[in-house]
Amino acid sequence: MSWSNARTTVLFVLSMLLLQIAFAQDRVITGRVTDANGAPVGGASVVAKGSSKGVVTNEAGRFSISVAPSVTTLVVSSTGFTGMEVAIAGKSDVAVTLTGSTANLGEVVVVAYGTRRKSDLTGSVTSVGPKEFQKGNINSAEQLLVGKVAGLSVTTGGGAAGGGSRIRIRGGASLNASNDPLIVIDGVPVEGNGIAGSANLLNTINPNDIESITVLKDASAAALYGSRASNGVLIVTTKKGTQGKIKYNYNNLFALGTIAKTVPVLSGDEIRSIVTTDAAVTGNNTYKNLLGTASTDWQKEIYQTAPSFDNTISASGSLGKMPFRASLGYLTQDGILKTNNFNRITGTLNLSPKFLDNHLSVNVNLKGSQTKNRFANEGAIGSAVSFDPTKPVYSGNKNWGGYYEWLQPNGLPIDLSSRNPLALLMLRDDRSTVSRFIGNVQLDYKLHFLPDLHILVNLGLDQSSGQGNNNIDSVSATNYKTGGYRSHYEQQKVNQLADVSLFYSKELKSIKGKIDVLVGHSYQSFLTKISNFPAFSYRAIADPTRPAKKDTIQGSEPVFLTDRPEYRLESYIGRVNFSLQDKYLLTATIRSDASSKLNPKDRTGYFPSLAFAWKVKEDLFKNTRQLNELKLRIGWGVTGQQDGIGYYSYIPRYSRGTPTAAYQFGNTYISYLRPEGYDPSIRWESTTTTNLGLDFGFLGNRITGSVDYYQRNTKDLLANVAVAAGANFVNEIVTNVGNIESKGLEINVNSAIIRKNDLSWDLGLNFTYNKANITNLLKNPDPNFKGQDVTFIGGGTGNSIGIHAVGYAPNSFLMYKQIYSSTGAPIEGLYEDINRDGMINNDDRYIYQKPAADVLLGFNTQVTYKKLTVGIAGHGSFGNYLYNNVNSNNGVLRAIKNPINFIGNATRDYLTTRFDNNRYLSDYYIDNASFFRIDNINFGYNVGGVFKNKASLRVNASIQNVLVITKYGGLDPENAGDGGVDNNIYPRPRVYSLGINLDF
Amino acid sequence: MKYTMIKNTLLALTTGVLLFSCSKKLDLFPQNDFTSQNAYANADGYLSVLAKVYGGLATSGNAGPAGASDIQGLDEGSQSPFIRGFFNCQELPTDEAVVAWNDQTIKDFHNLSWSSSDPFLKGIYARLVYNVMVANEYLRESTDAKLASRGIAGNDATNIKASRAEARFIRAFNYWVMIDLFGKCTFIDENNNVGTDLPKERSRAEVFTYVETELKAIESELKAPRSIDYGRVDQGSCWALLARLYLNAQVYTGTARYTDAITYAQKVINAGYALHSNYRELFMADNHKRTGEIIFAVNCDGLRTKSYGNTSFFVHAAAGDDANDFGVGGGWYGYRATKGLADRFSDLTGATDKRAMFITSAFGVSPAQIAISDVGNFSNGLHVNKYRNIRADGLGVSDVNRDFADIDFPVFRLSEMYLIYAEAVLRGGTGGDAATALSHINKIRQRAFGNTSGDITSAQLTTDFILDERARELYWEGHRRTDLIRYGRLTTGTYLWPWKGGVASGTSVDSKYNIFPIPASNRTANPNLSQNPGY
Repeated sequence: MSWSNARTTVLFVLSMLLLQIAFAQDRVITGRVTDANGAPVGGASVVAKGSSKGVVTNEAGRFSISVAPSVTTLVVSSTGFTGMEVAIAGKSDVAVTLTGSTANLGEVVVVAYGTRRKSDLTGSVTSVGPKEFQKGNINSAEQLLVGKVAGLSVTTGGGAAGGGSRIRIRGGASLNASNDPLIVIDGVPVEGNGIAGSANLLNTINPNDIESITVLKDASAAALYGSRASNGVLIVTTKKGTQGKIKYNYNNLFALGTIAKTVPVLSGDEIRSIVTTDAAVTGNNTYKNLLGTASTDWQKEIYQTAPSFDNTISASGSLGKMPFRASLGYLTQDGILKTNNFNRITGTLNLSPKFLDNHLSVNVNLKGSQTKNRFANEGAIGSAVSFDPTKPVYSGNKNWGGYYEWLQPNGLPIDLSSRNPLALLMLRDDRSTVSRFIGNVQLDYKLHFLPDLHILVNLGLDQSSGQGNNNIDSVSATNYKTGGYRSHYEQQKVNQLADVSLFYSKELKSIKGKIDVLVGHSYQSFLTKISNFPAFSYRAIADPTRPAKKDTIQGSEPVFLTDRPEYRLESYIGRVNFSLQDKYLLTATIRSDASSKLNPKDRTGYFPSLAFAWKVKEDLFKNTRQLNELKLRIGWGVTGQQDGIGYYSYIPRYSRGTPTAAYQFGNTYISYLRPEGYDPSIRWESTTTTNLGLDFGFLGNRITGSVDYYQRNTKDLLANVAVAAGANFVNEIVTNVGNIESKGLEINVNSAIIRKNDLSWDLGLNFTYNKANITNLLKNPDPNFKGQDVTFIGGGTGNSIGIHAVGYAPNSFLMYKQIYSSTGAPIEGLYEDINRDGMINNDDRYIYQKPAADVLLGFNTQVTYKKLTVGIAGHGSFGNYLYNNVNSNNGVLRAIKNPINFIGNATRDYLTTRFDNNRYLSDYYIDNASFFRIDNINFGYNVGGVFKNKASLRVNASIQNVLVITKYGGLDPENAGDGGVDNNIYPRPRVYSLGINLDF
Repeated sequence: MKYTMIKNTLLALTTGVLLFSCSKKLDLFPQNDFTSQNAYANADGYLSVLAKVYGGLATSGNAGPAGASDIQGLDEGSQSPFIRGFFNCQELPTDEAVVAWNDQTIKDFHNLSWSSSDPFLKGIYARLVYNVMVANEYLRESTDAKLASRGIAGNDATNIKASRAEARFIRAFNYWVMIDLFGKCTFIDENNNVGTDLPKERSRAEVFTYVETELKAIESELKAPRSIDYGRVDQGSCWALLARLYLNAQVYTGTARYTDAITYAQKVINAGYALHSNYRELFMADNHKRTGEIIFAVNCDGLRTKSYGNTSFFVHAAAGDDANDFGVGGGWYGYRATKGLADRFSDLTGATDKRAMFITSAFGVSPAQIAISDVGNFSNGLHVNKYRNIRADGLGVSDVNRDFADIDFPVFRLSEMYLIYAEAVLRGGTGGDAATALSHINKIRQRAFGNTSGDITSAQLTTDFILDERARELYWEGHRRTDLIRYGRLTTGTYLWPWKGGVASGTSVDSKYNIFPIPASNRTANPNLSQNPGY
């Protein structure tokens, strides 16, 4: 059976199903959950009492649940509210008002391959819903989680519109392999590697469509995802339809982004003074003669105030008896760097009909999106720091697009000089269009003859295609030589999933126990289709009247027009949940994965886990009224990581050289065939995590939280290590070598400090401590082994400042120890002779600090008074260090008096160091980058009924990126790079937004 | 009925999905790569691998100028290419070159203070072993048995068999560089299995013998001098390398072999080569036409053999505002020479000795100009305009943007053979005579001066004169460090030049710097390797 056949069949079955009218024998109960003020409570869980069946309310607080005739009570709960039991005898529609703070015993959480009552969880799992999500102008799913979950850090790469983030759960477990968590959207593990034309594949999902995100942190929770779960799992669940009358929701947000801070650099006058003074001292007027008279603030020139509009409309209810939800979203956002724009259209459709006497539940999720990016040339950011402020923006003549550029005597630009920052932006037009479709069909068939047994089928497709053009004008000083530059790229990714599993569930009344068992088979393929094109010369942007000249640029012809890298994964999963007296819970799972990336003889790996939970409260404190919940969890499991393994790295193979790397024999140029390095015994790295956790709730669950301690050991680390020269066709290869160990503590506390009729005050805090240590990096022990150089920096060529060294945290900094004068000023070029051999060379570098934080903090609080809500959220990071590459590159006289005979600007740090020359490897540039950031302050007002009470309106306003408290001297201490290099990041904007939310 | 249909469909679907998944579809192969089966299916495949054997000297990887490096974990442009690495090792520690940049440890070369963790040394070591490995691969795959099993016969088979001697020459050449720079070697040949065998170490003397034996073994298999396609090695190259090897045998093995040096220099000299009348044209973009004098060159091309580390590096690194004089669009403001080289010339203007190519549109040769007060200041020093990406015939170079150079890197030239002959005679080798030596040297002088005004007398012909003459004739061609070591002047106080040992006036350094250390990461990966003394 081929895939296209499979797809056709699925489509056929689907359409058949849609045509059917379901005859349900179960009752369907609909309802709406509100708080004391009548505001809808989204994300509340509604569970049929006495069963494990539950649903979650939508953003309008609505739900629809089908229950067996025997069920008479629903349990409704949500974090921060007192749980309620609602009698449903004789009712089909119920209104539920939640009050106060409360037991979240019945809350349902999405976990690996299913859902589970929160109180029955045995692993370290945190679920975040709309109530807790970050507020304001959020355009990508992961940004909803910033500072919300202990052990999870989400760091935006900068302020680019549509840009991506670095996501780390417990700091990541790998060195050279990926440290990104696996992301599962509605049951489909999605492509994590991005696609050409997209800075962030997660931004193809509209955050307004997200119901909840579950973070699986420990191995016992994540092991069902096997060879891809070492870095944890994020399970994104989108909003679903609920039965009942069709309800609409309209959400609108207008936001303005502004530049919050720029890099402190010298002014035009300061440069004139420095260069003039220097000329007087040296008697050399070369640079003085290059000075201009302007005073340009280049950073001001390249940034702008950037508006953005976000609109989502959704409808949810029943079509006939079929629950559905559909939404349409449109976002357009400018970046604060001129020319940067992100634009997104999203559409979703969810259908959840039931057939065959409710024995067949079908869940169809279709998500489509098209994003359009215009990428700004981010080189302008560094250029604005380093460009001579004594020069004007425009030269006054037409050359080089009218922009001032540094020229050689012959009138052509100096090859290696800085370029006019504004010209870099304006003369480049770099656009992409990325379309993505994620669809899946889940069939849950309960056998007629044995209703305890379900067959679950999940067929999914994640297909994305990216294409774009990067156009640089022929008048540009960067690309004039080739008459401009135009490149085109196309890429498509097709990720297909087929899961079939059996689920068996049985109450064991005699021992007050319950068992459920899942066995399944999963097959997933990841195919990338790449088309390669030559680059062309191009002119059009600055002068559209001239005909676009398009010639192939010499040497840019691709060797191959297409490529189709692919890997596949075949897995079996098994899980047993056993509970006894609703006090003792046991979960055991196993997954086997076979990957096409590995040699057939050892391509299968096994990932087991075991977890036990004990509801201590029920056993020991049954009568302690102050204590509402106390549960101890112990989990152990093994997870894997295969993202760092090349698709074909175990196979001996030869690759073809490009036409620009050939060798001349006689009059012919012969292209190369190169034998490639390979590792026939490569396998995934595996991580063993042990987790000890405690969940608690006090004082009527006004205070709830959890504490987790974990220890994690990664072995067979996928590390890029030196190969014995001559033993393979490469001198370094990614292979399994070494171990890394991390330990951590996570504390999460939520407290309802005030709960009164008109006033409530909630406070949430989370704390994370994580420490990682490389314990081995070698196959053969070598006492002289210092470690592996990592982290290349900007400036000079090939300079690296980091090291993976045994006994230290990954990416630790390897620097010279700066010697300071009695006044505390660094003495240029003077370092400590660490090994006392009388000379300063590479052997005198020592390990000083590391980029990863020791402690992360998350903080959020919300006060509600009558209809007004005010919230503040922030997060912090402590013990993290950064290498200030902006200063090491620009904070020296050489940056002003550039040896290539032009003048540049220096950062204000030059006034401190007075360094003549770059001292890239001095530890002076390692700076403590601990910080605390107020992410947002938000205001909400629940207007309530409008339009004759036909609609309900809420308005909100927020400020994002309010404040950063730090001692760090650079622009922004928060850095998304694992290597800890601060080098001209796209500044994170301060965003003011205003929004309305209308239910009707 | 409806239900039955749905149920059946569902059942079929489930079964289908299960069956589909169970079929073994996990064996995948990349679309654009080759297995050894199809890579060596025909003579073209062999030629492509042979091109890679040579190309390891010219490019840094499979994509020009960069992007698919042969060497990992280092800066592809500056640390992994052969020519640039060889130049850094052979010229930067001497009076002939100094660099202004701040690239990692690059200044340690001139300071004679490098350590075993130096990334540039790691790069050249990896490059040499890599080149040897590709040659081994070619030899393993081109045996008679392999050719027969692949059905390659007739002319194709004959050509492939003949080319094995070329691969063995390239391997021997890389081993010569390795014993010269590092002394002892990681030793591998075609009998080592890739991926499983941990290479052994061989001493400098052992590899000297190996290189000598190999060269002698292929001598008769190689084509006669100047009878093969341009760019490929012939007997001339083989003899030239033997001559160079024997000249330095005392350093490599402790036993002088000057008589052998004379023998092989003589073979080249008698093979029909002649000095090209115009010295400057030997280093220009169309120097592939100078086959009369250039015995073997590494071919570079601005369009088809692009690298940041072949001759493109020479023209950019030495250029500043005067980039036009070098035939490139822009300079990298980095390399120039010290007063040590300037002092070898009595006239720096090029008016008498035309090999003095130190005046450019931006820089002169005044003592103030040549004095280096700040190594980091590119303006200080003697600017070397020897390599030019300009064609002698006035035609355009192949890269219209003038970013990448067409100049071929001359590895062996006839004049070096004259100099070897003379030096070996002076050092007591037999089989040659002083009169011939003098006439050889004066041929070089006459080409340099354009007439006999530069001729020397037999009294002037001393070993010291030869050393200076080598500097004048061969500067920036990768000989200086080897020469200074042979004369005992690299680390000692006998001869000082500006910034030798990191001191403005120059200072002697530890004698361990006569050999580079084995890069530490190599020893970590291969416990069979030992370190050189002192590191």
